[in-house]
Amino acid sequence: MSLKSFPKPSELAVPAGAEGWEKIYPYYLVFQDKLKEQEDAKFWFCDSQHWPTVFKPFETIGGEFAVKCLGQYNSRHLMIPNANGIEFRIHLGYLYMSPIPVPEDQIAARVPLFEQRVGHYFQNWEQLLKDWHVKVKGTIDEMETISFPKLPDMVPLEDITSGKGKDGSEKLLESYDRLIQLAYQNWQYHFEFLNLGYIAYLDFFNFCKQVFPNVPDQSIATMVQGVDMELFRPDDELKQLAKLAVELGLQAHFGNTDDVESTLGAVASAPGGDQWIAQYEGAKDPWFNFTVGNGFYGHDKYWNEHQEIPLGYIADYIRRVDEGQEIMRPVEALIAERDRIIEEYRDLLEGDNQAAFDAKRGLAATAYPYVENHNFYIEHWTMGVFWRKIRELSRMMHAEGFWTEPDDLLYLGRNEVRDALFDLVTGWGVGAKPIGPDYWPEEIERRRGIVDALKTARPAPALNTPPESITEPFTRMLWGITTEQVQQWLGAGEEVEGGGLRGMAASPGVVEGVARVVTDADQLSEIQQGEILVATVTAPSWGPIFGKIKATVTDIGGMMSHAAIVCREYGLPAVTGTGSASTTIKTGQRLRVDGTKGTVQILDAQDDLLVTGPGAHSHSHV
Amino acid sequence: MQSNEYIQFFDGGIEPKLENLGGKGASLVTMTSAGMPVPPGFVVTTAQFDAFMDEAGITRHISQLLAGLDPEDTSQVDKVSAAIREDICSRPVPQAMRELTVGAYEALMNRFDAPVPVAVRSSATAEDLPDASFAGQQDTYLWLDGVKAVTEHIRQCWASLYTSRAILYRLKNNIPDEGLSMAVVVQKMVNSRVSGVAITMDPTNGDRSKITIDSSYGVGEMVVSGQVTPDNIVLDKVTLAVVNEHLGDKHAELIPDAGAKRLVEREVDDERRGRRSLTDAELTAVAQMAKRAEKHYKCPQDIEWALDADLPDGENLLLLQSRPETVHSSKPQTAPQPVVTGGFFSGFSATVPKQAV
Repeated sequence: MSLKSFPKPSELAVPAGAEGWEKIYPYYLVFQDKLKEQEDAKFWFCDSQHWPTVFKPFETIGGEFAVKCLGQYNSRHLMIPNANGIEFRIHLGYLYMSPIPVPEDQIAARVPLFEQRVGHYFQNWEQLLKDWHVKVKGTIDEMETISFPKLPDMVPLEDITSGKGKDGSEKLLESYDRLIQLAYQNWQYHFEFLNLGYIAYLDFFNFCKQVFPNVPDQSIATMVQGVDMELFRPDDELKQLAKLAVELGLQAHFGNTDDVESTLGAVASAPGGDQWIAQYEGAKDPWFNFTVGNGFYGHDKYWNEHQEIPLGYIADYIRRVDEGQEIMRPVEALIAERDRIIEEYRDLLEGDNQAAFDAKRGLAATAYPYVENHNFYIEHWTMGVFWRKIRELSRMMHAEGFWTEPDDLLYLGRNEVRDALFDLVTGWGVGAKPIGPDYWPEEIERRRGIVDALKTARPAPALNTPPESITEPFTRMLWGITTEQVQQWLGAGEEVEGGGLRGMAASPGVVEGVARVVTDADQLSEIQQGEILVATVTAPSWGPIFGKIKATVTDIGGMMSHAAIVCREYGLPAVTGTGSASTTIKTGQRLRVDGTKGTVQILDAQDDLLVTGPGAHSHSHV
Repeated sequence: MQSNEYIQFFDGGIEPKLENLGGKGASLVTMTSAGMPVPPGFVVTTAQFDAFMDEAGITRHISQLLAGLDPEDTSQVDKVSAAIREDICSRPVPQAMRELTVGAYEALMNRFDAPVPVAVRSSATAEDLPDASFAGQQDTYLWLDGVKAVTEHIRQCWASLYTSRAILYRLKNNIPDEGLSMAVVVQKMVNSRVSGVAITMDPTNGDRSKITIDSSYGVGEMVVSGQVTPDNIVLDKVTLAVVNEHLGDKHAELIPDAGAKRLVEREVDDERRGRRSLTDAELTAVAQMAKRAEKHYKCPQDIEWALDADLPDGENLLLLQSRPETVHSSKPQTAPQPVVTGGFFSGFSATVPKQAV
């Protein structure tokens, strides 16, 4: 069988207006002419799960820090015998990845190193994880102390009298450098336990596949997954606030939650309102450090800066409580079902295998919850503070005339920002105008045009010729990229009966319903009760809408993607990693989602969609 | 109609007792209440037999006839046997008792849109005796229509206790006739729309975490004897997710012809051949029933099942037979369950902290 290939990077058309896009990113992030032969020989898949939209130049920081730090734990800390890190490039604004295998002849030598290092972590898991929380919180606290005030007109007198001998510009430069360093620091911590969580999971996964040939991936995930996770905490806080509002009879004040100040003012002055406000304030710190996106973009909105978002969710929960709906997740039933599944598989084994099952599952169940929970501390909390500080800096420089829109700093690379800062302090220091205000606005306009042009095209799912089989375990697990999936993308996969899409069977069950395609968090408010969510990818802060929908279909993501985890938690069917659901399916189409088989069928013909309004169906009887 | 002293429905919720229901009857009630529904029906209890024999005066007559009978005089034994059986088949059943049986039959028929044929089978209380020919316990009458045919055949089952062979057997083995009794099972004839087998493992490798189902249209004989290629589905035993499925050709089916009282073979059309013979819900129900059978009998099972065309969805799955799976379960577990050692992560199990387990 001749293997089909994905396009080479050079074969992809550059969208009109995006010419010269390579130069808005650092040299080391784009494919190189001189390395074409080597780079074209590798298989690259697009990570649109974490980076679904085009990077503005500053935003590459998240991709660079995350993927670099993921790699270091495989290749330098833990010495994982069969996997190094993941090489990455930006092409036409999207991130492409290529896992690096360990050469066969080096694998054996890494085994004892790996066992020693990993063994230490697993033996000291609780203490090390406790320390981790302290380290991460320390980073966030220090980040909070950073600020970017306007430089003074003159050095304060006390700095003269104390003989300080510095003008304060060094502080501005240090603060910027420190902010970047602190972000880097927490991204290193991010992966300290993450790879371990995956290793423990994969160890149990491989064991299950050996003793129960062809056991569904879903079963293995269910056996190690936490049920009451911190990932769900922000959503649970909103539910509790909604219930309290109903108990206190405060429903009437949630009529216009877009007006945050009036809503909170009205609640505060109502009888019992102070009790509600106290609980609300308690929930905010830290649980509103929560983004509607995934923490990787400067445009992400965070709940604590956009309280109309959580207040809107609370209002919706209040309505559902008033209608007599149960809004809390069926935690006890989920735990009981998980325990049943564990018990029944365990009972199929005997002797040594049963003991191994207990040990490996126990380890995975200890280590795996980190995979779910770290997200709040890094992507949401750390990055929430980080982006807030970056916006503060951007606004300060905007006030200095460096650019025309308050957030335009995002169109500079992070090292270009340092240049611009030195430009600022130089102009300020010598008493002349900095150059930036005459240089950056035009350059930013040009770059904005390029980014907007790049956004008009969706990324290719992958580049170059895939290997005959995808065996790299992290790729399969984190990104849902399997041999079958790649074949599906290439159009060579098994056909779905009656036409439709195939993806990962991520959460069991079969439902039919109406599609709602969501490509941006701002569209979440359009979702109606009982619809099927179709999205490129979902984010943890979308939690509140999972109580409304019937099923989820995503373009990207594996068994352990957010959509998969949350749907299992809510008992909703999910098919993830379909590749193209959000572009193939249109809002309003009727779908049949089979989360047990991993298929999505579009039930109604295209032309039915065009017919709307009263009497629309009469033609069918003519 | 409720179960009572003389009539016990399979699904009547009364604890089955061997002495009331006989071996076959007790087993049918037990299976039904364990979530393994057999074709629906009821048992005419031993109490009814006892009451009829007493009230009709047959018991007394029998002891007179049997007194001093010579086992070597076969023509005399035949004569006595014929007289007793004539008594049992002709003396009137007390009205109240008869009404209960008729009522039970009507209640059974009321479960269906139209009356359906039934089978009547004897259910002896002493089936644990070494010789199976002890009583007419093999007596089975199929395709019976109407209450008259049913009551007549109940009496024939009763009468089978007094065949010449049965009388001789008791005489030769010094088994007293006192306390001799007989229950009778009245059960719907299966009208298979879809049927097949289910094994509570993967027979290709002995993997006990799977359930393997073969399914085709009509009566299961064609599946069992390999005359059709059935649909083959492998499910995960714990979550019942489909792990693998292969659609068989299913070119023909055997369908009961109630009028002709036999099975007829016919071709399956392309549309039905092209799709799976079980819906998702039916597939799950078959797997759940197989799982319950395994749990009930505490070892891997090989069951025969059918979906009955006369019963409503949700109640139409019937268990026809469950027996231990013998091919793999007799082998040691080592083949399907390799002890997993080695690999990069083998060291983990030894390093698991106590609290993690």
